[in-house]
Amino acid sequence: MDINMTLIGQTIAMIVFVWFCMKIIWPPILEALEERQQQIEEGLAAADKGQESLVKAAAEADEIVADARKQATSILDQAHARANEIVADGKSDGVKERDRQLGAAKAEIEQEANRAREELRGQVSAIAIASAEKILNREIDGKAHDDILGKLAQEL
Amino acid sequence: MAAEGGHGALTSDAYIQHHLQNLQVCKTESGEWVWNECAGNFWALNVDSMFWSVLLGVTFVLLFRSVAKKSSSKKPTKFQAAVEIIVEIVDSSVKDTFHGTSRLIAPLALTVFVWVFLMNLMDLVPVDWIPMAAGAVGVPYMKVVPTTDVNVTFGMSFAVFFLTLFYTIKNKGVGGFIAELTLHPIAPPTKGAGLIAAPFIIAFNFILETVALLAKPLSLSLRLFGNMFAGELIFILIALLGVWQLPLHFGWAVFHVLIVTLQAFIFMMLTIVYLSLASESH
Repeated sequence: MDINMTLIGQTIAMIVFVWFCMKIIWPPILEALEERQQQIEEGLAAADKGQESLVKAAAEADEIVADARKQATSILDQAHARANEIVADGKSDGVKERDRQLGAAKAEIEQEANRAREELRGQVSAIAIASAEKILNREIDGKAHDDILGKLAQEL
Repeated sequence: MAAEGGHGALTSDAYIQHHLQNLQVCKTESGEWVWNECAGNFWALNVDSMFWSVLLGVTFVLLFRSVAKKSSSKKPTKFQAAVEIIVEIVDSSVKDTFHGTSRLIAPLALTVFVWVFLMNLMDLVPVDWIPMAAGAVGVPYMKVVPTTDVNVTFGMSFAVFFLTLFYTIKNKGVGGFIAELTLHPIAPPTKGAGLIAAPFIIAFNFILETVALLAKPLSLSLRLFGNMFAGELIFILIALLGVWQLPLHFGWAVFHVLIVTLQAFIFMMLTIVYLSLASESH
């Protein structure tokens, strides 16, 4: 139980161990600890950021889908309208064409009728002349009554 | 038990005496080195205390150095994590108490904590194992718990004490140190009729503060020594009980785990507190 030289030896031993600890143990361990703390902190921050951007991206995607739906609806509407227009156009074209052909047919018929009438007129006047000639051949000189007969033919 | 001491009579008294005897070497006045006949000789060395404390200190350095070498911010191994927990406990204790910047104080606290813890932990080795083994190879005495040797605890508290003095003088100057010793706790009057009383007050302060200053290392070392010595003594007494020692030993060992850790922690905390007091002005 006496105090002896061990005291000095122990003091020296302690100084040596503390010095070792200060030089080669404490700094690397603490450095690693602090580095890991920082990494964890950064990791958590990155995770938060990722979560945030995920939410943002989801919202963006929703928006895009809604836009696309709207666009699709409007395109569909346009297509319907266009189709109706085309059908209407077709109808009116058909009517016009029919009217035109009808008009043309009518005009042709009229023309034909006129022509026939002219021809008929000519033929009637020729027949009249011929019959008048035959009658007059017996009684009158053809030449003397030619002007009267021409007038008659014109009046027919 | 007592029979295995291999030394002296088989009485329980001799058994206890034997267990409390350090293995000593010293130089006598005639100049020759002798073993175990060193009572009253200051130049004696407790070989067992030195051997075990240095062995445990080296264990501490090697274990922690192996972790320090491999330590990186990557996924730690389990042992690395355990070491890092201890380092963090020490680091946060230091940061809570000591507000200055010092590269020494945190490693000092870590060394004190782990080293004292390991030395205290030797108390849990059954009291006869190592002395018996030593006896078998011809070493008559072997006290395996260094902290039950008052020299060891005093040696450590002296180192802390010198550091305290060094930091006080470094941070406050010699004048500040002297002022701390003489102008507290009663401030001497600086003018008027009270001036006559000033020397007496200063003398009073000086005596009081010197006692307080010297009490720090004394209480620091005696607290640790007292706790560990009493615990060791009780282990020795339990070992005398024959077969009944088994449950008792277990119970006391479980309780002692608490004391071992607590005393190491207290020693560390007080070291930090003394050093932070030395570097802070009040």
